[in-house]
Amino acid sequence: MLVVAFVSFSLFTFVGDPINNMVGEETSDQERAELRETLGLNDPIHIQFTRFVVNASQGEFGISYQLRRPVSDLISERLPATLELVIVSALIALISGTLLGVYTGINRKGFLSDTILAISLLGVSLPTFVIGILFIYLFAVILGVLPSFGRGEVIDLGFWSTGFLTVSGLKAIILPSVTLSLFQMTYIIRLVRAEMMEILQTDYIKFARARGISEKSIHYKHALKNGLIPVITIAGINIGTLIAFSIITETVFQWPGMGFLFIQAVKFVDIPIMSAYLVFIAFVFVMINFIVDILYYFIDPRIRFKSEAVSG
Amino acid sequence: MDSQRLTLLNRIKDSDIYFSFIKSPTAIVSSVILVIIFFCSFFVELVAPFNPFDPSSLSLMDAFTPPSWSEDGVAKFLLGTDGQGRDMLSTILYGSRISLIVGFSAILFSLILGVTLGLTAGYFGGKYEMIVMRLTDVQLTVPSILMALLVDGIARGIISRELHDEMAIYVLIFAIGISEWPQFARVSRAATLVEKNKDYVSASTIIGVSNPIIMFKHILPNILRPVLVIGTIGLALAIIAESTLSFLGVGVPPTTPSLGTLIRIGNDFLFSGEWWITFFPAIFLVILAFSINLLGDWMRDTLNPKLN
Amino acid sequence: MSFLKINNLSVDYEMRRETVYAAKNVNIEVNKGEILGLVGESGSGKSTVGNAIINLIDEPGRVSNGSIVLDGIDIHENPENIVKYRGKKIGLIFQDPQTSLNPILTIGEQLIETIQTHLSLSAEEAKNKAINLLKEVGIKDADTRFDNYPHQFSGGMRQRVVISLALCCEPELLIADEPTTALDVSIQSQILDLIKRLTKERNLAVILITHDMGVISETTDRVAVMKNGDLVEIGPTKEVLTKPKEIYTKSLVSSVPPTNKKIERFIIIEKENKIKSETNIKILNRWEKKELRNKDLVQVKNLSKTFDDSFFIESSKNSVMAVNDVSFNIKEGQSFGLVGESGSGKSTIAKMIVNLFRPTLGDIYFNDVCITKIKSNKEMMKFRKQIQMIFQDPYSSLNGRLKVKDIVSEPIKLHNPSISSKDIDSYIYDLLESVELTQQSAERYPHEFSGGQRQRISIARALATQPRLLVCDEPTSALDVSIQAQILNLLKDLQEQLNLTILFISHDLPVVRQMCDRIAVLKNGKLCEISKTEELFKNPSHDYTKELLTLMPKIESIYN
Repeated sequence: MLVVAFVSFSLFTFVGDPINNMVGEETSDQERAELRETLGLNDPIHIQFTRFVVNASQGEFGISYQLRRPVSDLISERLPATLELVIVSALIALISGTLLGVYTGINRKGFLSDTILAISLLGVSLPTFVIGILFIYLFAVILGVLPSFGRGEVIDLGFWSTGFLTVSGLKAIILPSVTLSLFQMTYIIRLVRAEMMEILQTDYIKFARARGISEKSIHYKHALKNGLIPVITIAGINIGTLIAFSIITETVFQWPGMGFLFIQAVKFVDIPIMSAYLVFIAFVFVMINFIVDILYYFIDPRIRFKSEAVSG
Repeated sequence: MDSQRLTLLNRIKDSDIYFSFIKSPTAIVSSVILVIIFFCSFFVELVAPFNPFDPSSLSLMDAFTPPSWSEDGVAKFLLGTDGQGRDMLSTILYGSRISLIVGFSAILFSLILGVTLGLTAGYFGGKYEMIVMRLTDVQLTVPSILMALLVDGIARGIISRELHDEMAIYVLIFAIGISEWPQFARVSRAATLVEKNKDYVSASTIIGVSNPIIMFKHILPNILRPVLVIGTIGLALAIIAESTLSFLGVGVPPTTPSLGTLIRIGNDFLFSGEWWITFFPAIFLVILAFSINLLGDWMRDTLNPKLN
Repeated sequence: MSFLKINNLSVDYEMRRETVYAAKNVNIEVNKGEILGLVGESGSGKSTVGNAIINLIDEPGRVSNGSIVLDGIDIHENPENIVKYRGKKIGLIFQDPQTSLNPILTIGEQLIETIQTHLSLSAEEAKNKAINLLKEVGIKDADTRFDNYPHQFSGGMRQRVVISLALCCEPELLIADEPTTALDVSIQSQILDLIKRLTKERNLAVILITHDMGVISETTDRVAVMKNGDLVEIGPTKEVLTKPKEIYTKSLVSSVPPTNKKIERFIIIEKENKIKSETNIKILNRWEKKELRNKDLVQVKNLSKTFDDSFFIESSKNSVMAVNDVSFNIKEGQSFGLVGESGSGKSTIAKMIVNLFRPTLGDIYFNDVCITKIKSNKEMMKFRKQIQMIFQDPYSSLNGRLKVKDIVSEPIKLHNPSISSKDIDSYIYDLLESVELTQQSAERYPHEFSGGQRQRISIARALATQPRLLVCDEPTSALDVSIQAQILNLLKDLQEQLNLTILFISHDLPVVRQMCDRIAVLKNGKLCEISKTEELFKNPSHDYTKELLTLMPKIESIYN
């Protein structure tokens, strides 16, 4: 985390002159110097860094260059939008991905398997934004059943605003979340399939067969359990990737989330937003990794019982 | 000398790879498609019917012509024209050249960086390996799009606007390349560890062969297979990444549009009914990526010793 | 009538370019209460037959012909029904206990699952049965160990668990596919004894598949010999081993290193592939043959090696002392053997002598020079020429991407930078012919050669720098016994004619007896005993040596 904070901070300080970005061209040199003083930009580096970290941990990131509003406000406004989108997409991708992956892993041949695989390959080749555009065109323009942009009506629950509780909100989330999940889903399908296929070749599966254990039992009890272990790591990284890819989806669907904010920030070199986004993302990733490690501990007995073999 | 060449050709013909290639329709079809695309992009000046960058050849009268097979279409603009009267087919071909150049260069950069680091990390081990692996771990948690965006954003902050436009392509190549290198490093290191433990490496060490020679003469050729598979799939990803960035507006500058740029521009006209301006570049992009992925998939299946 | 009758069994594998006939018209009978050995070298089809009985053949293989009659019923008539017999009437165990068990389920869970699949018992009853079974196969503290995971057992214990799983539903036929090949000699004898005991106690019909003639001799009542899918000979073990009828059986038996005496050369019976009876060591023309002086070439003094797990700190918790204060000397022209089981440290010592590892403590002297203290690369190169090594695995010891001539020429070019390419070529041809390979081999790639031929290429490469010391690390452990005999003969010839000094590392006592003048026995990194070969075998002084000698499977035991 500290590494990321440092990177963010260096971004902040060294990339471009913050003052230049903040004020217009007409401001006099005098005023610039004053502003610099107020913002503490003349202080030594380590003091600035500490201030940055302290502020960051309190969620204080300074003021956006472009939009002239505190970054923390901007982020908290848009956070729920992104998170809802990501969660729904994650669920779709994980559940359908795993199911289809298991199916194609067990039934290696057959028309349905081949079709699923072909479509999954297509899914990896379709950039998210193309899918988005396609969906918009199909469902919004031609069929007119789903909205093509925005979040629909949103209900404010204090610090969180949710679109789940309104019909229009639910309608609005369908297209973006499916779009977002597609890329990940295909990836998961291929991964789970590869895992299943590899496991089904192992000696212990062969031995189970030799003992007369039913195919069904072998597939679901033995193979699947072993196969799910690596999927958990993937699920973790998945959420991270989804957050990143949400940038694209939000742009296509004009979904008012953090990704959209970030893109604008990059275009206009709005450093505070960029660094805040970075810190936030890093935090999410670290958390996810942590949770995945804990899950691993519970699922894989080899990690739990590290005590070595008792010979006899 | 002749007998040597003959045996090389025969060896290729006899090899398992060739055999599997011939038997796989997807491999053949995708290779053919790719060869055509590469050829057209490379020799685009000869192949394209028009030069969309020559202002003198454009006429606003031709703008918004639909594809030739629809009602108002004309034969000379096979896929129609855009808002400025440019022929779609030609712009697509020029655009694909940009996409391919960026994609290839980025992946090449990634490959060289990643394989070098991964190979040396796996071979020498110790603290050096730990540092490199930590680096890849940290970077792998960051999705590549984000990485590329970040690098691009920083670049924009550092370089002035005009210079940035000129250097945009290099920045882009660097950004995408940097975002993909950990994959190569990881695969190379894993494969290097396997090879390092094999006896032929010990044999060469005992003979007294120096470390650099062992790494590049012995180990490198043996780890190329998985690297190539990752490379092919990475190429598809790089092309998609570039088009995504261009679509978002942070990719190639508007003066040298890639497929992504074209799609973005066309998107604005989607709702007013001129669907072909965004549709055809998109289809082309998908065919390109799909063919590469098909080939990569076939490679992965053939070169995988386990699934035999 | 016999309990199991295999009639005209044929198994084919449809590969990409050809069909491989793994088993051709095999006829075998097994009775209850007897152990039938199924022996053969690699590719003989013995494992295929074992798997075919319960139809466990993986694609692209299939049973193309034949019937398998178990207790009067042809179980292959309806292939789908075979599932019912698996585990219930027929048990099968594999070679590697490590990979045979599902790592994320406890052994208790795996036992209960198997029991409840075939027998209708409640969970409670199944558990009791399982625990009794574990006791029967010799697992102490069965109640607690019931809830352990596979990785918490050692190799031998794991194999016992595997056996318990195979027998938990009271099958009447047990097929054991190389059950002890992956285990140390001391554990091996325990498992074989267990199998013998269970055969008697439960009146099982047992098929024991192995390549080890000593195991056959000591464990089986009858034996079937297979080669390339054909059943060559079958009969009572004593008869087949002492009075073999077929040529192949004769050559197989004679290739096995005798355990009770030392012979000069292995007897190789003429087979289809003609072998020259005497090796023409062409390389002799170029060899600067050194006279043998009556002194030590190699002196190892107080050698120790510790491996650490952690990078930064030397913590005694994670360190493994692979070699612990070992000293010995090797005289010029002698053949010195290092013998021990896995984990004894023998390979580590070899690797320190060839300077692949640096010792933690101690020194190695070569020709009176302390080579462990050499720092500069240039100095080291002089010694690298003189010490070379050949390895156990013929498949990983050659770089598959290089032609044979590039592999063999690498050391030549490195140590003779000014040599002309014509000279190199003729040098390579001489080397290849000295190991009984043709000149044309130079243009080929390793994958075009068999395991035995690859070892020959390795030997050629090792000889290229004209070394004085040749370190052989289990050079024939991965080879078939008939090929082993050829390679060992070759090594003997080379040693004699080139005045080589050999350090021979092996776990296989009979082989070491044939190859070495003096032997050192190692256990867990420590030296137990050193003496002249015949002394060691006739009058062992250390308990461990005695244990090894008693437990090693002897083909001669059939005479008792």
